[in-house]
Amino acid sequence: MTNKERKELAQWAVDFAQTKGASEVAASISNSRSVEIEVREQKVDKIKESTENGLYLQIYRDNKYSGHSTNNLKKKELEKFISEAVEATKYLTADEFRTLPDPGLYPSGDYSDLQLKDDNYNKVDPEKRLEIAMEIERLARAQSDKIISATGGYSDDYSESVRVHSNGFIGERVSTSFWAGAEVTVKDGDARPEGYHWGGARHFSEMPKPEELSQRAAQDALQRIGQTKINSGKYDMLVDNRTVARLLYMFVGPMSARSLQQKSSYLEGMLNQSIASPLLTVIDDPTIPKGFGSRHYNNEGLAAKKRVMIEKGVLKQYYVDNYYGKKLGMTPNGGYPSNVVFELGKRDKEAMTRDIKNGILVTSFNGGNSNGTTGDFSFGVSGFLIENGQIVKPVNEMNISGNAKEFWQQLAEVGNDAYAYSSMKCPTMLFTEIDFSGI
Amino acid sequence: MKACINRRDFLKTGAVTAAGVAILPQFLAQCTSGPAQVTGGNLSLNDYLSHFGVTQEMIQQVIAQGLSKGGDYCDVYFQHVIGNYIGLEDNAVNRAYSDVSFGVGIRVLKGDQTGYSFSEEITIEAMKSAARTAANIATSSAKVAPVAFESPKLPNYYTIKTPWEEVSINEKIPYLQKINEKVFAQDKRIIKSNVSFSDETSYVLFANSEGTLTYDYLPMGQIGVSCTAEQNGQKEQNGFNLSGRNGIEFFSPEAVDRLANEAVKRTVDLFDAVKPKAGELPVVLAAGSSGILLHEAIGHGMEADFNRKGTSIFSDKIGKKVANDFVTIVDDGTNANIRGSINVDDEGNASECTYLVENGTMNSYLHDRISAKHYGVTPTGNGRRESFRHIPLPRMRNTYMLPGPHKKDEIIETVKYGIYADSFTNGQVMIGAGDFTFYVKSGYLIEDGKLTRPIKDINIIGNGPQVLKDIEMVGDDLKMAEGGWTCGKNGQGVPVSQGLPTVKVSKITVGGVNA
Repeated sequence: MTNKERKELAQWAVDFAQTKGASEVAASISNSRSVEIEVREQKVDKIKESTENGLYLQIYRDNKYSGHSTNNLKKKELEKFISEAVEATKYLTADEFRTLPDPGLYPSGDYSDLQLKDDNYNKVDPEKRLEIAMEIERLARAQSDKIISATGGYSDDYSESVRVHSNGFIGERVSTSFWAGAEVTVKDGDARPEGYHWGGARHFSEMPKPEELSQRAAQDALQRIGQTKINSGKYDMLVDNRTVARLLYMFVGPMSARSLQQKSSYLEGMLNQSIASPLLTVIDDPTIPKGFGSRHYNNEGLAAKKRVMIEKGVLKQYYVDNYYGKKLGMTPNGGYPSNVVFELGKRDKEAMTRDIKNGILVTSFNGGNSNGTTGDFSFGVSGFLIENGQIVKPVNEMNISGNAKEFWQQLAEVGNDAYAYSSMKCPTMLFTEIDFSGI
Repeated sequence: MKACINRRDFLKTGAVTAAGVAILPQFLAQCTSGPAQVTGGNLSLNDYLSHFGVTQEMIQQVIAQGLSKGGDYCDVYFQHVIGNYIGLEDNAVNRAYSDVSFGVGIRVLKGDQTGYSFSEEITIEAMKSAARTAANIATSSAKVAPVAFESPKLPNYYTIKTPWEEVSINEKIPYLQKINEKVFAQDKRIIKSNVSFSDETSYVLFANSEGTLTYDYLPMGQIGVSCTAEQNGQKEQNGFNLSGRNGIEFFSPEAVDRLANEAVKRTVDLFDAVKPKAGELPVVLAAGSSGILLHEAIGHGMEADFNRKGTSIFSDKIGKKVANDFVTIVDDGTNANIRGSINVDDEGNASECTYLVENGTMNSYLHDRISAKHYGVTPTGNGRRESFRHIPLPRMRNTYMLPGPHKKDEIIETVKYGIYADSFTNGQVMIGAGDFTFYVKSGYLIEDGKLTRPIKDINIIGNGPQVLKDIEMVGDDLKMAEGGWTCGKNGQGVPVSQGLPTVKVSKITVGGVNA
């Protein structure tokens, strides 16, 4: 099926649902082809190739709301599927806020080219995919004789989707992504610590090179040799750019209109108040060409715009979706993160390390959680002890805890190194006097 | 995105699966002329074949195609899943979701190498095409004679009275309303309440090139409550859910009361909670869902794929003494109606109760087909997959410790300063380093042998093999977790459960505050 055919089918689904009694309808149809390869010891360990379809229908029937998805797109099956979905919706309670978005919030139709699709996707040689995974595995294993296991991986996907709303929205999207990486295990006494590194791009020719991926993955594992836990205490915490994203979820969830409306957000009432140090400026930018989170419209058809969410530590906007926006009387603004970028600092991680007297460089989180209602958090960590500007030894099996309200005010420096392989382009960050628990 | 190749092992609870309004699945409605007879757990092989619109000959053709390039083994996994969700928020049942998913996954093995593809269309052409794709893991050519299928007699660990497809939305709504009323009636400080009712039904038909043909009907039902309370400007939020391979009859008036009472109690208890001191402390785990300790500390590390690759810290520990004699840890697929139980695994192998640690000695890994072959042992029935779209891997089922010689009160009395952990949200493990963690949502300080102030929101981290050695006392009060736990590995989730008696670990690192 082409996107043109999907649009026709989605429009048909919308019309058909309305003939069955739906007042308003939103339909989205998607298709995704993907390939995944894992290589060990220069042999393919796993290879998986498939195509997946989906149709998601949102029914608004006299202000009663339900959503339904299926992977069977045959009209005959869909007729039954849609009839039953519309029928069942009538048993729910009407909710005056359950209506499609105001069409004024849809994109105006001037679509810039976000370059989400690599036109050469079909020209990628299947042999080349395998070659990349093989090369990464070979290079990773060759990094050191302390390595006892390495896996090289490659995956890519080609996705197409359309969205049609009964109040006039019609949109479509095509995107590709290419990822590769390695996982490495080393021997360390009784233990076998693991390290990894993955990187990707929307265009095949811009994928990170096997050398970079294999070296970083091997380093990640090798540096853990000898890791131990150290004394509990307050340490300055430097978090590397690949790892910071986990910390953002402390406030991203509480920034949602749903948490506000359900009174489970510690950021309630904090609009235009300071929620972090002035070094934190967070911009939500769906317009970045080839960005992993880039989009013209979100999953409700709302036009995607660049927005400043936090400015010099002050909360400027919540993430507002259509429904909870209406409940709260707030204009919807995209609902959830697209690409998240930061105002960067001047120095890189190495320079920042040199100024730390007593700190810990955190290079991975291990479990843990945060409480969006109160701001409390606690995470498992591993990384490196820093004393007088030098990395002294690797540490692990420790926790950090605190509360987001204080934690983000303790942000003391932001690096210049935005992480490339994620929609959250975080730089290295330094926090002062964080509670670590170890011995 | 594939960035999770390493971050593969996590466990979380309270997760609500997609969607649902109670609609009859298309295939059943088309296949039958009457209601009810062909839904549920009493179906025969022929019912499954016609459910998926296939014959044994068609399946044999697909398998032959899978082996046509010289592979050693081929399996075919048909699945039809129907999920429903109904939610109450702000005193109204005002949202519902459903999800229907249907397809077949085809796997070809050459030695321990895997080729995999799936098709969402169950026509002979589409299936053969997927089989050809999977077949490319091998590179020669072969013509294979069709093998006769045999269906072993399977146990049924999850019989239910009424299939979920026959429960209408109208029957479910009153549960949510009743629970919601009870929540607000329970405590005046409650300001928000969310109640959700979700169910899932999965039909599976499996066949392989060795002639095994199995089928299964897997129900799952879950009700969850989340509430927020406010007191003097302080807000706290918590919840409680019950989940299992149950029918609606499981949600008795007692269960409904428990859902409301526990959710409220767990929420309001947090008002007085403090954070413990940071550092290594004795930890007493309450009987029940604290079995998450086992899932993370040893469960993942004992999955045989990691061990045959030499990447797990447990890779050389079979036959070794790893814990006190009174420690026996199992992974069991045979517990009646419990969330992680399976009648047969997703590779057609029998489910069982597998002893990971028996009287303190490491006994067996959790095997899938490939690992069992590698180690030359009988498969243990741990080959599971999230859906037809996923490759089976060694996965856990219900992981728990058998009762021991001590008593709960006796255990708590031995602790001068430590914590008592009783509810959890999630956990994770690095199986090579052996660092495992789990997040304590609520519990108590233990001071001079007594439970004193509540604690909340702290992470616990330890080393798997070390913690096994440090299990000092095991109570006689084994309890299984009751909530909706989902285990994630390699980008796929499977339902699991866990259990523990009251257990004391002499020391683990507890997240907390430094003076």
